[in-house]
Amino acid sequence: MNYQEKITGALDDPKLQLAIYTATGRLAEGRRKAVVADVLPDYQELRQHAHDIKKHTLDHLDSYLVEFERNVVARGGQVIWANDATEACDFVRNLVRERAAKLVVKSKSMTTEEIHLNHRLESDGVEVVETDLGEYIIQLAGETPYHIIAPALHKTREQVAAVLDSPLDSTAEELTAKARAALRKKFLEADIGITGANFLVADSGAIVLVENEGNARLSSAAPRIHIAVAGIEKVIPRAQDLAVFLKLLARSATGQPLSVYTSLLAGPRREGEPDGPDEFYLLLLDNGRTRVLADREKRQSLYCIRCGACLNHCPVYRKIGGYSYPWVYSGPIGKILTPQFMGIEQDPWLPFASSLCGACGEVCPVKIDLPKILLDLRAEVVARRKNRSELRAFRIFSWIMRHPRAYARMGQLARIAARTAPGAAKMFGPLNAWLSQRDLPAMPERSFRELWRDRKSGDPAGKSGNKS
Amino acid sequence: MPRVSIFVTCIVDQVFPRVGMAMADVLERAGCEIEFREEQTCCGQPAFNSGYREEARGVARHFLDVFEGAEYIVVPSGSCAAMIAHHYADLFPGHHESRVWEFSQFLTAVLHLEDVDASLDGTVTYHDSCHALRELKIKDAPRRLLQNVRGLRLVEMDAAEECCGFGGTFSVKFAEVSGAIARTKIDSIARTGADTVVSIDSSCLMQIDGALRRAGSNIRTMHLAEVLASR
Repeated sequence: MNYQEKITGALDDPKLQLAIYTATGRLAEGRRKAVVADVLPDYQELRQHAHDIKKHTLDHLDSYLVEFERNVVARGGQVIWANDATEACDFVRNLVRERAAKLVVKSKSMTTEEIHLNHRLESDGVEVVETDLGEYIIQLAGETPYHIIAPALHKTREQVAAVLDSPLDSTAEELTAKARAALRKKFLEADIGITGANFLVADSGAIVLVENEGNARLSSAAPRIHIAVAGIEKVIPRAQDLAVFLKLLARSATGQPLSVYTSLLAGPRREGEPDGPDEFYLLLLDNGRTRVLADREKRQSLYCIRCGACLNHCPVYRKIGGYSYPWVYSGPIGKILTPQFMGIEQDPWLPFASSLCGACGEVCPVKIDLPKILLDLRAEVVARRKNRSELRAFRIFSWIMRHPRAYARMGQLARIAARTAPGAAKMFGPLNAWLSQRDLPAMPERSFRELWRDRKSGDPAGKSGNKS
Repeated sequence: MPRVSIFVTCIVDQVFPRVGMAMADVLERAGCEIEFREEQTCCGQPAFNSGYREEARGVARHFLDVFEGAEYIVVPSGSCAAMIAHHYADLFPGHHESRVWEFSQFLTAVLHLEDVDASLDGTVTYHDSCHALRELKIKDAPRRLLQNVRGLRLVEMDAAEECCGFGGTFSVKFAEVSGAIARTKIDSIARTGADTVVSIDSSCLMQIDGALRRAGSNIRTMHLAEVLASR
């Protein structure tokens, strides 16, 4: 299916439309209540501060990554630098083989989706179990995440019941209890736990896991081996910088002041400690991030802390849904990351699938200027692709708009044509596209400039244009 | 008495001329001296938003030539005002534009007017056009102006700040999505019980009106200028 078919499919599904709109609406309303002025008076300052910390960190990413590695190793962990998806997956597959691991439990990690880790492990004969409830559901359904923080956002309770092989009138509590019971066994039997990491703290070598279900903590602590996979952009300089990000992340994502569990984990279990894995591996993933970093204007795309707020406020995402996007990251952040990771020629339509409403930039907790980047990407597409007929059209547009008399004449002719041959509009592609969804305005007899001339010459009918 | 140079915008000039006339009426009643520089055409936004920067630059240069020396440039559109006030700096590095005012902004922030002695009977709901709201930070000014119109009852829709789905060429390049967004918007409008929806952007109004007509609704659209010119 090409993207147009996917979009039409999403638009033509009323159940899906309702599911997407209500779920994103609930998340957006949650965020609004959590950042409103009397609840979080320094929200705007926090956003700027978070932006500045990310900017500083990425401007010095090399030294912060080295510092982070040093501190992970000092705590008894190991850091693996993976240039791409293959290197990352190969490390995990080799470790699995070396340890004769049969069962892996995973917590939710969009980074592992990016590298298709589950698929690689499963084709090696390893059982991989997603332990986040939403991820568990879509894994059973054979699907991919629909939303950056809510993988099963598109599913109704009945659809979830069907996936879990439960009666269709099961309550949410019953379905969750069933999943929990099945997952509990897996946690305790797993050989390896794989998580992502929301933040990597350079000055302590700690990783931060932000979650609501406790499955990330359990995945990291119950199995003997813990592998955390994180993009290199997840680094922050110091533990106290977390104060800024933690005040923004959960509020922006769901409206919670803090998620239910926030864990700081540093290295494997040490002598005398009661909990923790025997071995800890931090898999640092590049996979195209340094290429994005090289662009000083667009590198802010890497500031993203994966809150999903931009998705919840995007009028386009709320209609076309997560599966209409070509990559694992959907919504506005997906629109700016995909061209930078995949190359702009891959999906040249993507930056144009936006009404430029700016809601994404308004709600981004780290103040990524998404609307500006979308405009820049559009200019890049045009510069690279040379759509001849479109270029001609805009050259004509520019010429007309620089020649007022020609512009006035064209306007006159267009208005006459519109009034004398309304059906002719269907001949023109763009007008036909307009008409497929809504009516055209009635074209006035006279333009403003014509009416103004009458007004100035004292014609009373020219006042307020009641002659048009 | 402030001398105001009006930039009516290409869409108002050619498709919604009454909006321009209404704005002129309100400004004249407020004591402004109005000039309409005939050489004006467009701000260049359609080309800029479509990625055609060179073509947009040509149109923008024409705009700047036409409005050379103007002290106040008043525009009945948030998106056109934002294009000139913010994005001309993307086309001309170092350029700074401080003369451009969206109409409601000009009334409240420059003329310090919130009551223009207008009257219009009816229940009105206000649509926050995206560029006005997010780029120019216009939220309260139009509402205060509407609240002072005699006979007018202002009600808020739940999706006031949600995009209408126009987005320029987006409305035809992604027509189905644009239409679906518009239908969500008009559902929200209908839930208010209002008989009129008002905005400060004619492009939004064209999108919303087109959707209302297609849905067979009786709700009408009016530009803020038309409401404020009503007596």
